[in-house]
Amino acid sequence: MDELTAALLDDLDGAFPRLVDGHADRLYTIALRVIGNPHDAEEVTQDALVRAYRALAGYDPQRIAAIDLRPWLTTVVLNAARNRVRRRRPEVSLDHEPAAGRSAVPATDVREARAADGRPDHVALEREGAARLAGALAQLPPRYRIPVVLRHIDGLSYAEMAAALGRPEGTLKAQVHRGLAMLRATLTDDPAHDRASTHGGVQ
Amino acid sequence: MNTTSTTTRRSPGDRETGLEQALAGLRTTAPAGVGRAALVEVGLRDAYATVESPIGRLFVAFNGLGLTEVTLAGDPAAFETSHRARTGRDVDPVRGLPAGLRRGVEARLAGRHRAPLALDWRGRTDFERSVWAKATEIPAGEVRPYGWIAAEIGRPRAVRAVGTALGHNPVPLVVPCHRVVRGDGSIGQYSLGGPAVKRRILATEGVDLDELAGLAEHGTRLIGSDTTRIVCFPTCRHARRITTPHRVPFRDLAAAEGAGYRPCRDCRPVALGRAA
Repeated sequence: MDELTAALLDDLDGAFPRLVDGHADRLYTIALRVIGNPHDAEEVTQDALVRAYRALAGYDPQRIAAIDLRPWLTTVVLNAARNRVRRRRPEVSLDHEPAAGRSAVPATDVREARAADGRPDHVALEREGAARLAGALAQLPPRYRIPVVLRHIDGLSYAEMAAALGRPEGTLKAQVHRGLAMLRATLTDDPAHDRASTHGGVQ
Repeated sequence: MNTTSTTTRRSPGDRETGLEQALAGLRTTAPAGVGRAALVEVGLRDAYATVESPIGRLFVAFNGLGLTEVTLAGDPAAFETSHRARTGRDVDPVRGLPAGLRRGVEARLAGRHRAPLALDWRGRTDFERSVWAKATEIPAGEVRPYGWIAAEIGRPRAVRAVGTALGHNPVPLVVPCHRVVRGDGSIGQYSLGGPAVKRRILATEGVDLDELAGLAEHGTRLIGSDTTRIVCFPTCRHARRITTPHRVPFRDLAAAEGAGYRPCRDCRPVALGRAA
């Protein structure tokens, strides 16, 4: 049990603000990259922290002692994001692939950024590409996007991801690998390929 | 992560490192206030806003469980310090109350004493809660003696403790402790700016305190109607409708009952001890 979990067990109300200080940024980052817009991400983060508090307040001590906070909070924020998406856009889901021509996430300006930049390579990508990369990420189907976000943006281990998502590590490794490949394709190839990979053309 | 690969040109490993580093660069910080908002929602931190009232601008503090403090607006820093000392929770200024609380506060300030309003009474004794809940039953424009509260909550001898609990009411105006006065018609204490403010609030609500004191001076604590044979506190809405020829003054409930009157079911006059 880590020190914060022990403190939560000892005095939930006293220690919970430290959980907020320690995890709000990463939960917001996950929410932002999974949902795509800052306003919803902010509400999802708040919602996740409130759900976490209420869950901890209702758990018995053994259950709290068994919690691994990073993956547990990840599950909480992903559930909050799912609820948010379901409420806002009932036709899309973070669990299933978007219908053709639609993404769970409002598309950002991948193509405009490309037009301004000309032909990107990996150097250009590192230099100016945060917005373009975020846009490309938003275009990934959730099944690849979420593992990529958790592994390479949040920095969870595969064991933590397996705990958070309830999928085998091998599956997650394959999904991350596929997700990275799709991102690379989106960022380097021409718009025609971009369109194909965005809407489920790559399998 | 492939952090060991060197910069040999355009090998797959090199490209992956670039992409992974770029992804790590998408880490960001949460907007200021999102953590605070969560803490407020679960009741570990408070927020406050200013609200206009008949006696001037108020500071109204709250969290996700309900209101936590109502006081006359003054120096914000001093308010924040005293709120922290009183509740143990930090408090941040916000632009307005959440819609539900705002509706409740506005309704209570407008005299609708039964308007629903969430109140955070954590850490308060059962006695205090029952005193405040009882005070909330008194309609605007009416007053009750301290002893009435004590009798109604089943602690008829705890008149002094009722006064203390009312003085500790953290949310005056919306929990109308100002509608509780001394049995002799004098105004009694008031935490929110003293007796003068209490007098002003009651006058705004339509209570004639001079008349009340005049009655008490002549030994009149209750008013009966000789047509209904019902006896009330003088400010009870039923007592106020009794026309002058039919008003019968009584010293106390025993005298009224001795004359064949029964107590009003709305204002419920009780036998009051001297302390009331």
